[in-house]
Amino acid sequence: MTAAPEQIDVLDEAREQVLERGVGLTEAQVLKVLELPDDRIPELLALAHEVRERWCGPEVEVEGIVSLKTGGCPEDCHFCSQSGQFPSPVRSAWLDIPGLVRAARQTRDTGATEFCIVAAVRGPDKRLLSQVRDGIKAIRADGNDIQIACSLGMLTQEQVDELVAMGVHRYNHNLETARSHFPNVVTTHSWEERWDTLRMIRDAGMEVCCGGIIGMGETLAQRAEFAVQLAELEPDEVPLNFLIPNPGTPYENYPVVEGAEALRTVGAFRLALPRTILRFAGGRELTFGDLGAKQGMLGGINAIIVGNYLTNLGRPAQQDLDMLEELSMPIKALSQTL
Amino acid sequence: MITTVYCSFCGKEEADGDHAFCRQRLSMIDPPRYCGECARRMVVQVTPDGWTARCSRHGETGSAR
Repeated sequence: MTAAPEQIDVLDEAREQVLERGVGLTEAQVLKVLELPDDRIPELLALAHEVRERWCGPEVEVEGIVSLKTGGCPEDCHFCSQSGQFPSPVRSAWLDIPGLVRAARQTRDTGATEFCIVAAVRGPDKRLLSQVRDGIKAIRADGNDIQIACSLGMLTQEQVDELVAMGVHRYNHNLETARSHFPNVVTTHSWEERWDTLRMIRDAGMEVCCGGIIGMGETLAQRAEFAVQLAELEPDEVPLNFLIPNPGTPYENYPVVEGAEALRTVGAFRLALPRTILRFAGGRELTFGDLGAKQGMLGGINAIIVGNYLTNLGRPAQQDLDMLEELSMPIKALSQTL
Repeated sequence: MITTVYCSFCGKEEADGDHAFCRQRLSMIDPPRYCGECARRMVVQVTPDGWTARCSRHGETGSAR
Protein backbone atom coordinates (compact mmCIF):
# COMPACT_ATOMS: atom_id res chain seq x y z
CA MET A 1 0.00 0.00 0.00
CA THR A 2 1.40 3.40 -0.93
CA ALA A 3 0.94 6.59 1.05
CA ALA A 4 -1.46 9.22 -0.26
CA PRO A 5 0.39 12.17 -1.83
CA GLU A 6 -0.51 14.50 1.03
CA GLN A 7 1.01 12.01 3.51
CA ILE A 8 4.38 11.81 1.79
CA ASP A 9 6.92 13.88 3.65
CA VAL A 10 8.43 16.51 1.39
CA LEU A 11 11.93 16.08 2.79
CA ASP A 12 11.76 12.33 2.14
CA GLU A 13 10.70 13.13 -1.42
CA ALA A 14 13.53 15.65 -1.72
CA ARG A 15 16.10 13.15 -0.50
CA GLU A 16 15.22 10.75 -3.31
CA GLN A 17 14.45 13.33 -6.01
CA VAL A 18 16.96 16.10 -5.41
CA LEU A 19 19.81 14.48 -3.54
CA GLU A 20 19.86 11.17 -5.39
CA ARG A 21 18.72 12.26 -8.85
CA GLY A 22 19.56 15.96 -8.95
CA VAL A 23 16.05 16.95 -9.97
CA GLY A 24 14.85 20.21 -8.37
CA LEU A 25 11.62 20.40 -6.43
CA THR A 26 8.39 21.43 -8.13
CA GLU A 27 6.51 24.58 -7.13
CA ALA A 28 4.10 22.58 -4.95
CA GLN A 29 6.99 20.82 -3.26
CA VAL A 30 8.88 24.09 -2.64
CA LEU A 31 5.75 25.50 -1.02
CA LYS A 32 5.56 22.50 1.29
CA VAL A 33 9.16 23.13 2.31
CA LEU A 34 8.45 26.80 2.97
CA GLU A 35 5.58 25.72 5.23
CA LEU A 36 7.64 23.32 7.34
CA PRO A 37 7.51 24.02 11.07
CA ASP A 38 10.49 25.57 12.81
CA ASP A 39 11.47 22.31 14.48
CA ARG A 40 12.18 20.76 11.07
CA ILE A 41 14.53 23.53 9.91
CA PRO A 42 17.70 21.71 11.07
CA GLU A 43 16.67 18.64 9.05
CA LEU A 44 15.93 20.81 6.01
CA LEU A 45 19.26 22.62 6.22
CA ALA A 46 21.19 19.38 6.65
CA LEU A 47 19.57 17.96 3.52
CA ALA A 48 20.13 21.19 1.56
CA HIS A 49 23.78 21.10 2.57
CA GLU A 50 24.10 17.50 1.41
CA VAL A 51 22.50 18.47 -1.91
CA ARG A 52 24.92 21.36 -2.34
CA GLU A 53 27.92 19.13 -1.57
CA ARG A 54 26.70 16.38 -3.90
CA TRP A 55 25.82 18.53 -6.92
CA CYS A 56 28.08 21.59 -6.53
CA GLY A 57 31.03 20.36 -4.49
CA PRO A 58 32.61 21.79 -1.35
CA GLU A 59 34.00 25.07 -2.72
CA VAL A 60 32.54 28.46 -1.90
CA GLU A 61 32.65 31.18 -4.55
CA VAL A 62 33.63 34.56 -3.15
CA GLU A 63 32.69 37.79 -4.89
CA GLY A 64 33.03 41.51 -4.34
CA ILE A 65 30.77 44.16 -5.85
CA VAL A 66 30.94 47.88 -6.39
CA SER A 67 28.60 50.59 -7.58
CA LEU A 68 30.01 52.37 -10.62
CA LYS A 69 27.03 54.67 -10.95
CA THR A 70 24.97 55.24 -7.83
CA GLY A 71 21.49 56.72 -7.49
CA GLY A 72 19.34 58.72 -9.86
CA CYS A 73 17.81 55.66 -11.51
CA PRO A 74 14.63 56.39 -13.51
CA GLU A 75 13.02 53.07 -12.56
CA ASP A 76 10.69 52.65 -9.59
CA CYS A 77 11.82 49.35 -8.04
CA HIS A 78 10.11 49.81 -4.69
CA PHE A 79 12.89 48.20 -2.65
CA CYS A 80 15.66 50.36 -4.07
CA SER A 81 17.20 53.39 -2.41
CA GLN A 82 18.80 54.33 -5.74
CA SER A 83 15.55 55.10 -7.52
CA GLY A 84 15.23 58.75 -8.40
CA GLN A 85 11.48 58.49 -7.93
CA PHE A 86 11.58 58.21 -4.14
CA PRO A 87 12.79 60.65 -1.44
CA SER A 88 15.75 58.46 -0.53
CA PRO A 89 18.83 60.06 1.04
CA VAL A 90 21.06 58.35 -1.54
CA ARG A 91 22.56 60.94 -3.90
CA SER A 92 23.95 60.31 -7.35
CA ALA A 93 27.63 59.44 -7.61
CA TRP A 94 30.03 58.12 -10.23
CA LEU A 95 33.06 56.08 -9.32
CA ASP A 96 36.11 57.10 -11.34
CA ILE A 97 38.43 54.62 -13.04
CA PRO A 98 41.18 54.74 -10.35
CA GLY A 99 38.46 54.08 -7.76
CA LEU A 100 37.20 51.13 -9.77
CA VAL A 101 40.69 49.69 -10.08
CA ARG A 102 41.18 50.04 -6.31
CA ALA A 103 37.86 48.31 -5.65
CA ALA A 104 38.82 45.41 -7.92
CA ARG A 105 42.18 45.14 -6.16
CA GLN A 106 40.50 45.16 -2.73
CA THR A 107 38.24 42.36 -3.92
CA ARG A 108 41.07 40.28 -5.39
CA ASP A 109 43.03 40.65 -2.16
CA THR A 110 40.27 38.84 -0.26
CA GLY A 111 40.82 35.78 -2.44
CA ALA A 112 37.63 36.44 -4.37
CA THR A 113 37.35 35.17 -7.94
CA GLU A 114 34.50 37.44 -8.99
CA PHE A 115 34.19 41.22 -9.19
CA CYS A 116 30.86 42.66 -10.24
CA ILE A 117 30.55 46.20 -11.61
CA VAL A 118 27.06 47.54 -10.99
CA ALA A 119 25.18 50.62 -12.19
CA ALA A 120 21.78 51.94 -11.13
CA VAL A 121 20.25 52.42 -14.56
CA ARG A 122 17.38 51.15 -16.70
CA GLY A 123 20.01 50.12 -19.21
CA PRO A 124 23.49 51.33 -20.12
CA ASP A 125 24.06 54.33 -22.38
CA LYS A 126 27.23 54.93 -24.41
CA ARG A 127 28.90 56.87 -21.59
CA LEU A 128 28.35 54.06 -19.11
CA LEU A 129 29.53 51.34 -21.50
CA SER A 130 32.60 53.41 -22.28
CA GLN A 131 33.32 53.74 -18.54
CA VAL A 132 32.96 49.98 -18.13
CA ARG A 133 35.25 49.31 -21.10
CA ASP A 134 37.91 51.69 -19.80
CA GLY A 135 37.50 50.31 -16.30
CA ILE A 136 38.05 46.71 -17.38
CA LYS A 137 41.12 47.70 -19.37
CA ALA A 138 42.50 49.55 -16.34
CA ILE A 139 41.81 46.59 -14.02
CA ARG A 140 43.72 44.30 -16.37
CA ALA A 141 46.53 46.85 -16.72
CA ASP A 142 46.79 46.73 -12.93
CA GLY A 143 47.70 43.05 -13.24
CA ASN A 144 44.39 41.90 -11.83
CA ASP A 145 42.99 38.79 -13.53
CA ILE A 146 39.85 38.48 -11.41
CA GLN A 147 36.74 37.39 -13.31
CA ILE A 148 34.61 40.41 -14.15
CA ALA A 149 30.84 40.44 -14.04
CA CYS A 150 28.51 43.34 -14.77
CA SER A 151 25.04 44.43 -13.74
CA LEU A 152 23.92 47.33 -15.91
CA GLY A 153 20.20 46.80 -16.32
CA MET A 154 18.34 45.79 -19.45
CA LEU A 155 20.42 45.32 -22.59
CA THR A 156 20.05 45.39 -26.34
CA GLN A 157 21.64 42.66 -28.42
CA GLU A 158 24.33 45.12 -29.50
CA GLN A 159 25.17 45.88 -25.88
CA VAL A 160 25.29 42.19 -25.02
CA ASP A 161 27.78 41.69 -27.84
CA GLU A 162 29.86 44.63 -26.62
CA LEU A 163 30.07 43.19 -23.11
CA VAL A 164 31.13 39.81 -24.48
CA ALA A 165 33.87 41.56 -26.48
CA MET A 166 35.05 43.33 -23.31
CA GLY A 167 35.56 39.93 -21.65
CA VAL A 168 32.66 40.16 -19.21
CA HIS A 169 32.05 36.54 -18.29
CA ARG A 170 28.90 36.80 -16.18
CA TYR A 171 25.97 39.21 -16.19
CA ASN A 172 23.68 39.89 -13.27
CA HIS A 173 20.10 40.79 -13.93
CA ASN A 174 17.69 39.87 -11.16
CA LEU A 175 14.10 38.93 -11.78
CA GLU A 176 13.71 40.12 -8.16
CA THR A 177 10.49 38.25 -7.34
CA ALA A 178 7.80 35.97 -8.73
CA ARG A 179 6.28 36.95 -12.02
CA SER A 180 2.87 37.28 -10.35
CA HIS A 181 4.26 39.71 -7.73
CA PHE A 182 6.55 41.75 -9.96
CA PRO A 183 3.94 44.39 -10.94
CA ASN A 184 3.56 45.21 -7.23
CA VAL A 185 7.29 45.85 -6.97
CA VAL A 186 8.15 47.57 -10.26
CA THR A 187 5.83 49.45 -12.63
CA THR A 188 8.30 51.10 -15.01
CA HIS A 189 9.25 47.89 -16.78
CA SER A 190 8.04 44.32 -16.86
CA TRP A 191 9.26 40.95 -15.67
CA GLU A 192 9.19 39.85 -19.30
CA GLU A 193 11.59 42.62 -20.34
CA ARG A 194 14.04 41.37 -17.75
CA TRP A 195 13.54 37.80 -18.96
CA ASP A 196 14.34 38.88 -22.54
CA THR A 197 17.67 40.36 -21.44
CA LEU A 198 18.49 37.17 -19.58
CA ARG A 199 17.84 35.04 -22.67
CA MET A 200 20.12 37.28 -24.76
CA ILE A 201 22.87 36.96 -22.17
CA ARG A 202 22.58 33.18 -22.15
CA ASP A 203 22.48 32.95 -25.94
CA ALA A 204 25.62 35.10 -26.20
CA GLY A 205 27.53 32.66 -24.01
CA MET A 206 27.83 34.78 -20.88
CA GLU A 207 27.07 33.17 -17.55
CA VAL A 208 23.68 34.18 -16.17
CA CYS A 209 23.41 35.51 -12.65
CA CYS A 210 19.79 36.02 -11.66
CA GLY A 211 18.18 36.14 -8.26
CA GLY A 212 16.05 38.40 -6.21
CA ILE A 213 14.95 39.75 -2.88
CA ILE A 214 12.97 37.90 -0.23
CA GLY A 215 10.59 39.84 1.99
CA MET A 216 8.91 42.25 -0.42
CA GLY A 217 5.38 41.31 0.56
CA GLU A 218 5.25 38.14 -1.53
CA THR A 219 3.25 35.20 -0.23
CA LEU A 220 4.91 31.86 0.44
CA ALA A 221 3.21 30.56 -2.69
CA GLN A 222 4.81 33.39 -4.68
CA ARG A 223 8.15 32.63 -3.11
CA ALA A 224 7.78 29.03 -4.32
CA GLU A 225 6.69 30.31 -7.72
CA PHE A 226 9.82 32.46 -7.88
CA ALA A 227 12.15 29.58 -7.00
CA VAL A 228 10.72 27.47 -9.80
CA GLN A 229 10.77 30.33 -12.31
CA LEU A 230 14.46 30.76 -11.55
CA ALA A 231 14.99 27.04 -12.03
CA GLU A 232 13.33 27.27 -15.46
CA LEU A 233 15.86 29.93 -16.42
CA GLU A 234 18.73 27.60 -15.41
CA PRO A 235 20.98 30.41 -14.20
CA ASP A 236 24.60 29.76 -13.32
CA GLU A 237 24.17 31.78 -10.15
CA VAL A 238 21.29 32.90 -7.96
CA PRO A 239 22.03 35.71 -5.51
CA LEU A 240 19.60 35.59 -2.61
CA ASN A 241 18.96 38.96 -0.99
CA PHE A 242 16.79 39.73 2.02
CA LEU A 243 14.99 43.05 2.01
CA ILE A 244 16.76 45.94 3.70
CA PRO A 245 13.96 48.41 4.43
CA ASN A 246 15.73 51.55 3.31
CA PRO A 247 14.55 55.06 4.25
CA GLY A 248 12.53 56.87 1.63
CA THR A 249 11.58 53.76 -0.33
CA PRO A 250 8.00 52.48 -0.42
CA TYR A 251 9.20 49.47 1.59
CA GLU A 252 10.93 51.44 4.34
CA ASN A 253 8.50 50.17 6.98
CA TYR A 254 8.46 46.54 5.86
CA PRO A 255 9.68 44.14 8.52
CA VAL A 256 13.08 42.51 8.25
CA VAL A 257 12.70 38.85 7.27
CA GLU A 258 12.81 36.74 10.38
CA GLY A 259 15.80 34.39 10.70
CA ALA A 260 13.93 31.08 10.73
CA GLU A 261 11.88 32.09 7.71
CA ALA A 262 15.02 33.12 5.88
CA LEU A 263 16.73 29.82 6.64
CA ARG A 264 13.68 27.91 5.37
CA THR A 265 13.91 29.97 2.19
CA VAL A 266 17.62 29.20 1.75
CA GLY A 267 16.96 25.48 2.14
CA ALA A 268 13.96 25.56 -0.18
CA PHE A 269 15.82 27.44 -2.92
CA ARG A 270 18.70 24.96 -2.74
CA LEU A 271 16.25 22.08 -3.15
CA ALA A 272 14.72 23.84 -6.16
CA LEU A 273 18.13 24.63 -7.66
CA PRO A 274 20.44 21.73 -6.83
CA ARG A 275 23.22 22.57 -9.29
CA THR A 276 23.21 26.37 -9.15
CA ILE A 277 25.63 28.66 -7.35
CA LEU A 278 23.45 30.00 -4.53
CA ARG A 279 24.90 33.20 -3.15
CA PHE A 280 24.31 34.98 0.13
CA ALA A 281 23.88 38.61 -0.92
CA GLY A 282 22.44 41.76 0.64
CA GLY A 283 20.44 41.86 3.85
CA ARG A 284 21.93 38.83 5.53
CA GLU A 285 23.53 40.98 8.23
CA LEU A 286 20.14 42.29 9.38
CA THR A 287 18.25 39.04 8.87
CA PHE A 288 20.67 36.47 10.20
CA GLY A 289 23.41 38.01 12.28
CA ASP A 290 26.55 35.91 12.74
CA LEU A 291 24.98 32.65 13.86
CA GLY A 292 22.41 32.57 11.09
CA ALA A 293 25.06 33.22 8.44
CA LYS A 294 26.84 30.04 9.53
CA GLN A 295 23.58 28.10 9.47
CA GLY A 296 22.93 29.36 5.95
CA MET A 297 26.39 28.31 4.81
CA LEU A 298 25.60 24.87 6.23
CA GLY A 299 22.14 24.93 4.67
CA GLY A 300 22.74 25.09 0.94
CA ILE A 301 24.59 28.34 0.29
CA ASN A 302 27.84 27.97 -1.67
CA ALA A 303 28.79 31.55 -2.51
CA ILE A 304 28.99 34.87 -0.71
CA ILE A 305 29.46 38.53 -1.40
CA VAL A 306 32.21 39.72 0.90
CA GLY A 307 32.76 43.25 2.11
CA ASN A 308 30.34 46.04 1.37
CA TYR A 309 27.42 46.15 -1.04
CA LEU A 310 26.32 48.97 -3.34
CA THR A 311 24.89 51.47 -0.88
CA ASN A 312 24.86 49.40 2.32
CA LEU A 313 27.76 48.05 4.31
CA GLY A 314 28.50 44.38 4.84
CA ARG A 315 30.64 42.64 7.37
CA PRO A 316 34.40 43.10 6.98
CA ALA A 317 35.56 40.57 4.38
CA GLN A 318 37.97 38.95 6.82
CA GLN A 319 35.09 38.07 9.14
CA ASP A 320 33.46 36.02 6.39
CA LEU A 321 36.75 34.46 5.33
CA ASP A 322 37.35 33.45 8.96
CA MET A 323 33.86 31.95 9.04
CA LEU A 324 34.60 29.86 5.95
CA GLU A 325 37.83 28.65 7.50
CA GLU A 326 36.03 27.77 10.71
CA LEU A 327 33.49 25.79 8.68
CA SER A 328 36.34 24.11 6.73
CA MET A 329 34.86 25.36 3.47
CA PRO A 330 37.49 25.88 0.76
CA ILE A 331 37.32 29.05 -1.32
CA LYS A 332 36.99 28.43 -5.04
CA ALA A 333 40.27 29.30 -6.72
CA LEU A 334 40.55 31.49 -9.79
CA SER A 335 42.14 28.57 -11.67
CA GLN A 336 38.89 26.63 -11.30
CA THR A 337 36.88 29.38 -12.94
CA LEU A 338 39.04 30.02 -15.99
CA MET B 1 36.62 70.30 16.60
CA ILE B 2 33.58 69.02 14.68
CA THR B 3 30.26 69.47 16.38
CA THR B 4 27.75 66.77 15.52
CA VAL B 5 24.34 68.34 15.66
CA TYR B 6 22.46 66.20 13.20
CA CYS B 7 21.96 62.47 12.93
CA SER B 8 23.92 61.14 9.97
CA PHE B 9 21.31 58.43 9.31
CA CYS B 10 18.05 60.42 9.30
CA GLY B 11 19.29 64.01 9.10
CA LYS B 12 17.22 65.22 12.05
CA GLU B 13 18.66 66.99 15.08
CA GLU B 14 20.37 64.60 17.48
CA ALA B 15 18.57 66.34 20.33
CA ASP B 16 15.22 65.81 18.63
CA GLY B 17 13.76 62.42 19.43
CA ASP B 18 15.19 58.96 19.83
CA HIS B 19 17.93 57.91 17.42
CA ALA B 20 18.53 54.41 18.78
CA PHE B 21 17.32 52.84 15.52
CA CYS B 22 19.54 55.21 13.52
CA ARG B 23 22.56 54.29 15.61
CA GLN B 24 21.80 50.60 15.18
CA ARG B 25 21.64 50.93 11.40
CA LEU B 26 24.83 53.00 11.31
CA SER B 27 26.63 50.41 13.40
CA MET B 28 25.49 47.54 11.18
CA ILE B 29 24.85 48.32 7.53
CA ASP B 30 24.68 52.02 6.72
CA PRO B 31 27.26 54.66 5.91
CA PRO B 32 26.39 58.21 6.97
CA ARG B 33 23.99 59.93 4.58
CA TYR B 34 23.66 63.39 6.19
CA CYS B 35 26.36 65.74 7.32
CA GLY B 36 26.48 65.87 11.11
CA GLU B 37 27.24 69.57 11.07
CA CYS B 38 24.64 70.91 8.64
CA ALA B 39 22.33 67.97 7.73
CA ARG B 40 23.04 68.33 4.02
CA ARG B 41 22.66 65.08 2.10
CA MET B 42 26.13 63.84 1.28
CA VAL B 43 27.47 62.17 -1.85
CA VAL B 44 28.41 58.72 -0.60
CA GLN B 45 30.53 56.15 -2.40
CA VAL B 46 30.63 52.67 -0.94
CA THR B 47 33.54 50.43 -1.97
CA PRO B 48 34.25 46.81 -1.02
CA ASP B 49 36.26 47.80 2.04
CA GLY B 50 35.06 51.25 2.98
CA TRP B 51 33.11 54.38 2.15
CA THR B 52 33.55 58.09 1.57
CA ALA B 53 30.93 60.75 2.23
CA ARG B 54 31.25 64.28 0.87
CA CYS B 55 29.36 67.29 2.12
CA SER B 56 29.39 70.25 -0.26
CA ARG B 57 30.00 72.57 2.69
CA HIS B 58 32.08 70.55 5.16
CA GLY B 59 34.18 68.31 2.93
CA GLU B 60 34.86 64.59 2.84
CA THR B 61 34.92 62.00 5.56
CA GLY B 62 35.52 58.30 5.19
CA SER B 63 36.14 55.07 6.94
CA ALA B 64 38.24 52.43 5.22
CA ARG B 65 38.04 48.98 6.70
